[in-house]
Amino acid sequence: MANIADSIYNMRLLDDLARQETVIHKLHPLVKLLTTVSYLTVVVSFGRYEVAGLLPLFFYPVMVLALAELPVKPILLRILLVSPFIIGIGILNPVFDQQTFVLAGREFSRGWVTFLSILLKSGLTVTAALLLIATTGMDRLAGALRILKVPRVFVLQLLLTYRYISVLMEEVARTLRAYSLRAPKQKGVHRSAWGSLAGQLLLRTFDRAQRIYEAMCLRGFSGEYHSGEINKICRWDWAYLGGWVVFFILARTYNLPLLIGSLLTGVIR
Amino acid sequence: MSHHKLEVRNLHFNYPDGHNAVKGMSFSIHHGESVGIIGANGAGKSTLLMLLMGVLFPSQGEVCVGDVQVTKKTLPMIRQRLGMVFQDPDDQLFMNTVYDDVAFGPRNYKLNEKEVEKRVLNALEVVGILHLKDRAPFKLSGGEKRAAAIASVLSMQPDILVMDEPSAALDPKSRRRVMELLRSFKHTKIVTSHDLDMIYEMCDRTIVIKNGEIAADGVTSEILVNAELMDACGLEVPLALQNCPVCGSKK
Repeated sequence: MANIADSIYNMRLLDDLARQETVIHKLHPLVKLLTTVSYLTVVVSFGRYEVAGLLPLFFYPVMVLALAELPVKPILLRILLVSPFIIGIGILNPVFDQQTFVLAGREFSRGWVTFLSILLKSGLTVTAALLLIATTGMDRLAGALRILKVPRVFVLQLLLTYRYISVLMEEVARTLRAYSLRAPKQKGVHRSAWGSLAGQLLLRTFDRAQRIYEAMCLRGFSGEYHSGEINKICRWDWAYLGGWVVFFILARTYNLPLLIGSLLTGVIR
Repeated sequence: MSHHKLEVRNLHFNYPDGHNAVKGMSFSIHHGESVGIIGANGAGKSTLLMLLMGVLFPSQGEVCVGDVQVTKKTLPMIRQRLGMVFQDPDDQLFMNTVYDDVAFGPRNYKLNEKEVEKRVLNALEVVGILHLKDRAPFKLSGGEKRAAAIASVLSMQPDILVMDEPSAALDPKSRRRVMELLRSFKHTKIVTSHDLDMIYEMCDRTIVIKNGEIAADGVTSEILVNAELMDACGLEVPLALQNCPVCGSKK
């Protein structure tokens, strides 16, 4: 049960990180959002056999991680959290893909290449999304979405879901604690109690959500979520966005590793 | 200052399941009064507060703040005047930091960020938790959470402060601190509580509720010592006024 209580604390880590004041944190949230979206587009646009082309794109998350002074371990841990799903999606590719290729004298299924490309792509995209939240914070991100004229219902949905996760988890932690205290010899929850436990939880969460909503209304909430002022986009913000977009386009159109490789070998010759 | 007046006329409320929680309450509270609302569990205290705040609407009768009746149309204005502190501060604190939480109300009223900052820092200073402004609310202790919840209402500069069980689940020192704090709030106060000692110390006037009706309304020092009335309403005379627990002698 301690795990759930711990994870409530851990969950807010990204928000805590987002409160730092580094070069990246100070950038306009809209600029960071657009950079991330263009990064995701480029990463996803690579074909399923193009693994080498993805390599230069590692440069972006590494740079952001370094400039934003973010701790690497917690970010990596969060990427690992989603890895079972990714492996689940890609693991059958080597079996289904009948084509083969030869590497170091041995024959491999080309499915391994697609599996690797799925792993890399998902790793990169998840990292980019995490970095966006860890350098911007949910509130400011919502502000950026509103600047993009995303309907406020959607933005609010996103924000409140994010808020209520912790509410739900607290209820779960409390219910499980009460259960485990009266069922000391059981491991986990017995299946006979699953239904009522889940039902109770749902009802309690409704209640709680209702009270929180009332508290919001009593303080003048009318559907628009104000998360403080967001500064205007300055020249440096545009430069950041422009720089990265140019880099992404270069990485997409030219095979950068090959170019650099041939440049180096050319120099050596 | 008539807008600090709160008037309740012949208030009735039925829950959807048919439970008649409030049956014909009428009273008026004037500027600067501090009123305790007491009653046994299920007497209708929380329902009454919800009706005052416009979270629920009466099935009959009306609530007026100043000269304005509480209706869906007037809610934004009403809620700016009435600030409510919830029984469970966790229901009230939902933002990432204490600062953002206290700023939530003022920002909803579209104040500029400078004014918001001024109000937030002022409210935090009043409740004595300025040093916690960047902390996440769920990491605070019970007393700190309560203080933050009060600050989040004070930042809206309400004319009338409504509190549901402000001393519940607090240790004696935190309870005392909250009481001092509330005493320093000079506007109208409405407090519901089972902490009758607190009501005795803080409120000049007390309204006793029994089964959705007003059983008594008058000066606190007269009502709370009325053992017969208290007993009939499922309550007790405040501990401080009861016999000495050691020698049994009357105070």
